[in-house]
Amino acid sequence: MSVDQDTVRRIARLARIALDEERVGPMMHELNGILAWAEQLAEVDVTDVPPMTSVVEQQLKMREDGVTEGGNADALMANAPEAEDHFFVVPKVVE
Amino acid sequence: MMPLPSTPTDFTLAEARDAVRARKISSVELTNACVKAMQAARTLNAFVTETPDQALTMAHEADRRIAAGSTRPLEGLPLAIKDLFCTKAVRTTAGSNILSSFIPPYESTVTQNLWDAGAVMLGKTNMDEFAMGSSNETSHFKPVISPWRAHNSNQGLVPGGSSGGSAAAVAANLCLGAMGTDTGGSIRQPAALTGIVGLKPTYGRCSRWGIVAFASSLDQAGPMTRTVRDAAILLKVMASVDPKDSTSVDVPVPDYEERLESGVKGLRVGIPKEYRIDGARPEIDALWDRGAEWLKAQGAELVDVSLPHTKYALPAYYIVAPAEASSNLARYDGVRYGHRAARPEDITDLYERSRAEGFGAEVRRRILIGTYVLSAGYYDAYYARAQKLRTLIARDFINAFEHCDVLLTPATPGPAFAIGEKTADPVAMYLNDVFTVTVNLAGLPGLVVPAGVTGNGLPLGLQIIGKAFDEATVMRAGRAIEVAADFRAKPETWWEAA
Repeated sequence: MSVDQDTVRRIARLARIALDEERVGPMMHELNGILAWAEQLAEVDVTDVPPMTSVVEQQLKMREDGVTEGGNADALMANAPEAEDHFFVVPKVVE
Repeated sequence: MMPLPSTPTDFTLAEARDAVRARKISSVELTNACVKAMQAARTLNAFVTETPDQALTMAHEADRRIAAGSTRPLEGLPLAIKDLFCTKAVRTTAGSNILSSFIPPYESTVTQNLWDAGAVMLGKTNMDEFAMGSSNETSHFKPVISPWRAHNSNQGLVPGGSSGGSAAAVAANLCLGAMGTDTGGSIRQPAALTGIVGLKPTYGRCSRWGIVAFASSLDQAGPMTRTVRDAAILLKVMASVDPKDSTSVDVPVPDYEERLESGVKGLRVGIPKEYRIDGARPEIDALWDRGAEWLKAQGAELVDVSLPHTKYALPAYYIVAPAEASSNLARYDGVRYGHRAARPEDITDLYERSRAEGFGAEVRRRILIGTYVLSAGYYDAYYARAQKLRTLIARDFINAFEHCDVLLTPATPGPAFAIGEKTADPVAMYLNDVFTVTVNLAGLPGLVVPAGVTGNGLPLGLQIIGKAFDEATVMRAGRAIEVAADFRAKPETWWEAA
């Protein structure tokens, strides 16, 4: 399987990474290089093999569904590139 | 007991610990010596952020504690911290432009454990951007230059990656030990390339909380040191069960140091035949054979084992890791923290340009690969298949460990390479991790110990792989290699500023 230029544009859009038009071709070649190399995984018979879901066998830990922390608005906002009164500022999203 | 080196920066962590406790040297003296060495070595570009003032404050507190008789396990010992660990009020960049001004309001659990044990922070070390790289060349803050040079050569070499700054700082004696993280070999490969010890613990041994996430099912923190004993001392403190990381595992943390010298008599050491690969340098296989003989000579039993799916580990990794990365790195949106593009037209433009400007080429490439293999129609062919291969790779290890206690393998397919030598071909760069990545996929502990040098004087390492949570046996075997190898090579200090 390999990707074409339209697919590169589509996944860049899905990933929300702007890609200059002149970078689409080179990126397609880079991705195809990696995908062609990963193609060897298709050689292996994986019938009845479960996908790994946890590296270390252990029961998923449970805890009380309660508030454990809070009241940190100043700390939370400290790294915001643009903020106002404990709100993050973004471009207008509603017409 | 060996006499102490005349220069404090040449102390091992264990020597420094004992000397500080015996009041042969103060933490302030030790810390000043490291700060001076760090500042004189800026040519190496090992540190992204130096924290000398914080280091001295911590050193004074350590000396006060020692005087008061309330000494903690790492009291007064200066360490370097990979810039992937969030450190409260100290900039944490992950080697990326997107976090180039990020100041965490919290401390990672592993570093908090170090400070609670009395350790001193010297600074934050350079690394491949978001830990994605094997040479430190993807850092937004320029590559780290290895303290090592080949005989009769001034060519700049890579220290390996992604924990290249930590590796260079330990190898050049700028600190007593350092923190690294390892997702596919990022502790062990730079350790091998710089002639130091690097340990990736079992997945779940150390909390991942507060470590900037790359691939959450593979990432693990570990120590980088000059001796196996030093790694044992640090792991004991780093390891903890943490309510903030549900994958940290509640198993006892043994006193690794105490068990270090028990020897390898009767230990069954597996030699996996699939690790003899085309493309590895002949001296790699020769060193591996020598390592096996060293262990045998000390009473270990060598066992031939097979890990049949080894060749699929690297391609499986380069599906799984980018997939997890594409999900983890979705958080960098230019809104809550991190770089934000100027004058966005709308919200999508804000996201797309903030991320395009904030991420470097390798990170963008991996996010796109990850997005593709998780996208509708391709998930089964790539991601699900890679996760099934991962099951087969983990089963290979389980089967092998029915016949042996640890495995001995090479650490890397070759020694350090020149800066710029492998940047043009991503797959060639990925091949650096061929011997280390299997361990991450299976969640197992792996230890690299310096074991020899090439004909032109560059270090090479050997790797010990162990059963889950059996770091104690791994380090015991590593110690046996260390004793037999008697690795004493050090780089010339060409980098020192006048």
